[in-house]
Amino acid sequence: MSASSTKSMTIGESGLSLTFAVTAFLCVFAAAKALDTAFAFHASLAAAASAASVFFILNRYFERGELPPQEINGRPNYNLGPIKFSSFMAMFWGIAGFAVGLIIASQLAWPALNFDLPWTSFGRLRPLHTSAVIFAFGGNVLLATSFYVVQRTSRVRLAGDLAPWFVVVGYNFFILIAGTGYLLGVTEGKEYAEPEWYSDLWLTIVWVVYLLVFLTTVIKRKEPHIFVANWFYLAFIVTIAVLHLGNNPALPVSFFGSKSYVAWGGVQDAMFQWWYGHNAVGFFLTAGFLAIMYYFIPKRAERPIYSYRLSIIHFWALIFLYIWAGPHHLHYTALPDWTQTLGMTFSIMLWMPSWGGMINGLMTLSGAWDKLRTDPVLRMLVVSVAFYGMSTFEGPMMSIKVVNSLSHYTDWTIGHVHSGALGWVGFVSFGALYCLVPWIWNRKGLYSLKLVNWHFWTATLGIVLYISAMWVSGILQGLMWRSYTALGFLEYSFIETVEAMHPFYIIRAAGGALFLIGSLIMAYNLWMTVRVGEEEVQSPVALQPAE
Amino acid sequence: MADHTEVDNVTGTATTGHAWDGIKELNTPLPRWWVITFYITIVWAIGYWIVYPAWPTISSNTAGLFGYSSRADVAVELANLEKIRGAKMVALATASLADIEKDPAMLALARAKGKTVFGDNCAACHGTGAAGAKGFPNLNDDDWLWGGSLEQIQQTLLYGVRSGHAKAREGQMLAFGKDGVLKPAEIVTVANYVRELAGLPTRPGYDAKAGAKVFAENCVACHGDNAKGNPDVGAPNLTDKIWLYGSEEATLIETITNGRAGVMPAWEGRLDPVTIKAMAVYVHSLGGGK
Repeated sequence: MSASSTKSMTIGESGLSLTFAVTAFLCVFAAAKALDTAFAFHASLAAAASAASVFFILNRYFERGELPPQEINGRPNYNLGPIKFSSFMAMFWGIAGFAVGLIIASQLAWPALNFDLPWTSFGRLRPLHTSAVIFAFGGNVLLATSFYVVQRTSRVRLAGDLAPWFVVVGYNFFILIAGTGYLLGVTEGKEYAEPEWYSDLWLTIVWVVYLLVFLTTVIKRKEPHIFVANWFYLAFIVTIAVLHLGNNPALPVSFFGSKSYVAWGGVQDAMFQWWYGHNAVGFFLTAGFLAIMYYFIPKRAERPIYSYRLSIIHFWALIFLYIWAGPHHLHYTALPDWTQTLGMTFSIMLWMPSWGGMINGLMTLSGAWDKLRTDPVLRMLVVSVAFYGMSTFEGPMMSIKVVNSLSHYTDWTIGHVHSGALGWVGFVSFGALYCLVPWIWNRKGLYSLKLVNWHFWTATLGIVLYISAMWVSGILQGLMWRSYTALGFLEYSFIETVEAMHPFYIIRAAGGALFLIGSLIMAYNLWMTVRVGEEEVQSPVALQPAE
Repeated sequence: MADHTEVDNVTGTATTGHAWDGIKELNTPLPRWWVITFYITIVWAIGYWIVYPAWPTISSNTAGLFGYSSRADVAVELANLEKIRGAKMVALATASLADIEKDPAMLALARAKGKTVFGDNCAACHGTGAAGAKGFPNLNDDDWLWGGSLEQIQQTLLYGVRSGHAKAREGQMLAFGKDGVLKPAEIVTVANYVRELAGLPTRPGYDAKAGAKVFAENCVACHGDNAKGNPDVGAPNLTDKIWLYGSEEATLIETITNGRAGVMPAWEGRLDPVTIKAMAVYVHSLGGGK
């Protein structure tokens, strides 16, 4: 492409602007014919976004010279724009998601905060919180780091010209449609898969392009072998595609309305839902973030990865075993006993494969443990691995049926999820962003390591408050629910168990507030790094290791 | 790539010879404890599959050594429950309210069942301890709007109060102010008269005689000559210290001006007769039953 001397439109530029022009027209038509206001709103948003895309693509074409070269002076010319965009969006959605989490935690402690309005009720804000932190924050961290890591470890520029931009902007548009939909009451009611049919279709298109960009970059790599992080990223991208397609087949009531009905019914639907739900944890929140760990920890610690053999064995064991574990979400339900058995036993076998990642993360520090004293970013990354180890022990334990009979439906589950989400996913993401932002904006270092330290301790204290409150309240709840009198009647009414939770809900909200404060400190620190940070003298391209 | 391998001087382990963006990998063998624990979990899982239903077959699934099923577990638990209280529950269904109170075993069972049902159905308004709230009567005291005998409580439970049920308990505090029956000044006077009846302090300069006159002309029909109330129409006793909405002058003025008509739902059809019977006994036994 870079060889041609006369400027002409690429197939991507002409094709994409034409497609978006048609889409804009179709969306205006759909908005006019819409059966409900939420659908009209979303169709209008899509029309505006499509028109804006046409403008930006054409504008970029007229402004640009030649397309950016693949290499400069024999070194790869890395594509950093989409990574900057995703890093920024990750921080934005992170703060939004943590803030909504704090609101709903407070609503549970003080129900008056629902304000008796449909848009601010717990039922609508809860999926907004989960989607914002998992898919918006976590998703953008995965997009940013995967696009960075795959380029650096393959020693080639990211595949595609407009495609990476299509992925990052398109994904965030999906988040916008999903999130505003929840507030307007648009939902499929499937946990972690709430977006309606049209958001699902859009995500499918974006995700396929993501897979193509990532895979093509790996295929044209200049390294003989594929780096371990890229196996994990690829497993994450491929499996999420399969899960999304498996769980979401739905028939819209009308192509001009937001409501659809899911193809699966009854216990089959429950099984699909938790096959999806558990593997969203396994492949989105585990495999994807293990990829981050495998690049950023050795990079930051400046140490080799502990064991190549362990990385291979635990990767394949994890991939093979995780996909079976979903039924442990449906113990003691209408799901057949044999299915429950498989879900539980595979969860137990999953313990060591999960810990393989923890061992590789922690042991990579051997020879560099002293850095934990001086580098709060590395400390954050290492503590995230410790939380990963803790929650991947707790998970298999909770999947055991007798344990589950106590823990299921209680706050213990919420505590478990958050030790994984805040401790593992949150901290590894924060650590990665603290590394990534100075690298991609070409800064010598972070604006302030002291502020990272403050973030670390505020957030850690928040997590400890959160998960210990949920352990106590969850076990208390479970014990109260199963307590019988001598005559075989329940000892406590449900409302009595709710009253007993009140103090723990206040502690949990306090923990969440600390976590949010930490992320605000982080946002300020990153903002100042970009704005006033000292520029690295060498260009990032010249920083390439020589070998 | 073997020619690139080097020995890491911290751990003494060789690298694999690959490097990506400066990241190398050690060729450390799998930790023994890790491998052994992994094998143990696999052996345990296989053992579990042999003992319990585990793998699907073409038309069914492996049953496991002991034919375990969670449905059978539920049946066993239900049978145990039947053993504990089955016969007594049958007796409870046929016994009269008075008989239940006389038989200590049956009384204990009815109270236990009543308590459970109360927590899930009544506590939302009356509170988990049945202490009530503003507009929702305290059920622990001996002051009853619609009567505190077993039969009266049962009837209230069955049909409710102003519930819309054909047999509901009817009767309401009229809106004397809003409907123009009494003038604002008269309402203040009679509110103070009511406070005086209850032994509460009155506003300085209030005319007791005028208050008595207004009361006699408007209130005695329901609350009685002596203001002790009338359970037939749900009119509360105004001479005691128990107030459903509050005894402050402003609250009384509000009550007399706008009236009151709190609702209790009818439970007939929502709960079975034995359950309602048990609840009547439970509420009666809370401390104030007559």
